[in-house]
Amino acid sequence: MNAKFKKIIPQLLTLTFVALVFGFFSYNAQLNMENRGISFGYGFLSQESSFDVQFSLIEYDGSHSYFRAYLVGLLNTILVSVIGIIFATIIGVVVGIARLSTNLLINRSAAYYVEFFRNIPLLLQIFFWYFAALRALPLPEDAEPIFGVIFLTIKGLFIPAFVWNNLDIFLYSLLAAIISIIVIRSYSKRLRENEGKHIPVLYISLGLIVGLPLISFLIGGVTLNFEIPELVQLAKTSFRFNGGLGLPPELIALTLALALYTATFIAECVRAGIQGVSKGQKEAAASIGLTPNQVLKLVIMPQALRIIIPPTTNQYLNLTKNSSLAAAIAYPDLVLVFAGTALMQTGRAIEIVSITMLTYLSLSVSISVLMNWYNKKIAIKEK
Amino acid sequence: MKILNITKDNFNNYLYTGVFLILISILDVFLNSFFSINITAFLPGFLSFVLPLIIGFVGFYFIRVEHSGIKNLDIVNKNINTNNFNAVLTLLIIFVIIKSLPPFLSWFIIDANIAGDTKDACTGTGACWTYIKIWLRRFVYGMYPNAEQWRINLSFISLTALGLVGFFATEKYKKYLTLYYVVIYPFISFLFIYFFISGGRIFFDFSYGIIAAAISIIIGFFIPNKFKLYYFLIIPITFYILLKYIFFFEEYIELGMIEGLVWVETGAWGGLSLTFIISFFCLIFCFPIGMALALGRRSDFPLIRYICIGFIEFWRGVPLITVLFMSSVMFPMFLPQDVYVDKLVRCIIAISLFEAAYVAEVIRGGLQALPRGQYDAAKSLGMGYWKMHIFVILPQALKLVIPGIANTFLALVKDTPLIFVVGLLEIVGMLNLAKTNPEWLGFAMEGYVFAAIIFWIICYAMSKYSYNLEIKYKTER
Repeated sequence: MNAKFKKIIPQLLTLTFVALVFGFFSYNAQLNMENRGISFGYGFLSQESSFDVQFSLIEYDGSHSYFRAYLVGLLNTILVSVIGIIFATIIGVVVGIARLSTNLLINRSAAYYVEFFRNIPLLLQIFFWYFAALRALPLPEDAEPIFGVIFLTIKGLFIPAFVWNNLDIFLYSLLAAIISIIVIRSYSKRLRENEGKHIPVLYISLGLIVGLPLISFLIGGVTLNFEIPELVQLAKTSFRFNGGLGLPPELIALTLALALYTATFIAECVRAGIQGVSKGQKEAAASIGLTPNQVLKLVIMPQALRIIIPPTTNQYLNLTKNSSLAAAIAYPDLVLVFAGTALMQTGRAIEIVSITMLTYLSLSVSISVLMNWYNKKIAIKEK
Repeated sequence: MKILNITKDNFNNYLYTGVFLILISILDVFLNSFFSINITAFLPGFLSFVLPLIIGFVGFYFIRVEHSGIKNLDIVNKNINTNNFNAVLTLLIIFVIIKSLPPFLSWFIIDANIAGDTKDACTGTGACWTYIKIWLRRFVYGMYPNAEQWRINLSFISLTALGLVGFFATEKYKKYLTLYYVVIYPFISFLFIYFFISGGRIFFDFSYGIIAAAISIIIGFFIPNKFKLYYFLIIPITFYILLKYIFFFEEYIELGMIEGLVWVETGAWGGLSLTFIISFFCLIFCFPIGMALALGRRSDFPLIRYICIGFIEFWRGVPLITVLFMSSVMFPMFLPQDVYVDKLVRCIIAISLFEAAYVAEVIRGGLQALPRGQYDAAKSLGMGYWKMHIFVILPQALKLVIPGIANTFLALVKDTPLIFVVGLLEIVGMLNLAKTNPEWLGFAMEGYVFAAIIFWIICYAMSKYSYNLEIKYKTER
């Protein structure tokens, strides 16, 4: 009986403490809201928002609801995170491998890059790119085109936009190509294991992924045109670009800073992963007659990935969370649009901040669940 | 494929030709970038552009001789010239460095200005360090009144001095160091920063405390050991009450007989000193909270465990900026109406809780890495939960996670600029403010470079220090 009490009492105490804190907070919140004459509720989400957002992936203006504004912010956050993750991975992997290079100069440059960028606060880097570096770009009327079609100006980056006809047929052909590649891969694996025959999977896959979409162009009625941005004069000194795809400078600065900063951490993960595979593995693989490519593909990479993926996932999560710093340079992400403008207008602090936090929480939980699943899949299955 | 036929006789010829070609290619780029002389201008544009690369590549190809017997040549070949690919990369890196040096140097030093007191002094095309020079006080002290800045200086100097005590402690006092650093030092720092830098009436409570403590310690030397405990329990508090309520110093101040310290509200604190203050307190607070959470997460009581898991995962899942938003707009709603918590305090609480979750995960890693035998051995000696953790488990676990904790602390220092959300301006915030001053427009670059250098030095020093600690406490297993 005594031992049982010993187990229950601390738990009860903790529970009471937590309940008391929560009770205290919610009691005060209720009182405060009564005094200010606001009632708790999420009904405001369907009200008209009456504010504008400069950059939006979906159609939006002041006449739409607050929920629509939330969606705009969320999509902008996801956009910058996805672009940032892609670039951070590319830079990180390249730098991580460069740090293992036998070439002293490359090795040292990569190390300096890592030491430099990861010891400076991210916010400072974002400010630097946005307020200092990108402000030094030319005005739209003075911009020199890169390859004749891309314009990098102080107002943002303008690139040609794709104009598709029958985009769905093209996507179906791409999907068909991917499915057939998966089928062929598993077939070739079976063939290799059962009969020891090799079929050139790589060339077949390449042929499929190029060929099928090409056929859709030739007989499926798919056409692709480029809409090149054109400079138009609005007033005597006011110019802008018409057509094409315009990326605002906020997005560019944010992506640059996020990618360069997170890449340093990913580079360290990659380096640790590759170094973590013992030399004996490589030698053993070579001694049973695998070619260098096969050694890399079948022995080194699977083992290195097991070490690399968990910390890299963490970095992806960090990047997504860090994208909320967008609010500092007025890129309309979730925090700025919803926790900033919408909060100022409605004054519903508790509802809006809790929605924002829950959104980030579910974003990180979903990424980590996905990565845990992948990690479990590739983990060593010991007997 | 062997194009060159290098033998012992013509070996030197190849070597000299190779070195000559490499030097030519570097010279070409050098002249081009430092003196804008293009010695290959007679060639068509593209060829003139890549010619140094081709010449240098051929040069490197010539000198790539295995086991030449010449020491320096072998070092070069081994490190930067192992194959064609590496030779090209080496050349590219050398060229990029040579190309980027002149603009960088001219901006940073040669064309830069530091003299003068106004914007007009900056005539060159380079950086305007005058701007930094003039604004330095604001960058370091924020809006803290100029006449009172000695208080910040004095606090920081004395705290640094007190922090260095550990290096001078003799063997006799070494065992008290942990107690000193964990309990006494944070307490003293808190007194200093809260009372001394804030000033105002509240400062007098602090000075009474100091005076009371000083007097009682001096008298304490003459008290016999037998009564010392009782003496120190009773006398300091008595002195304090006497000073505060009997002598009524405050009335003298109001009458203008003693000049008090000017009250400086936290909104005026700022700049680099605020960065230090916030990082310092958050470091102190987040560590014990994180440790408690880590232990709670591995507790045998399911309820405590789940509460800790929920707490940790919540803070780890949200960005710091939303936490600060919460502390600034949502937290006041949760308090009774007449209670006002200073925004600096709210900030420190928010950042501490946030970082504590990360510290907890790091420490949990260390706890999990300890072999089960350590727990069993401690239990078999009859140690209870707390004894086991304090004397056996935590010292070993913390030793293991020094790098992880250092990384979390670094992240904390780098996160401090985010307090702009609640309207506090540390160094980056001050830069943004100074940048919008109409008299000093257009010097954003200088400001950011300055702040970047400072942060880089702080963070780099911290990471090197943690590396040294890691080496120092490494024990063989």
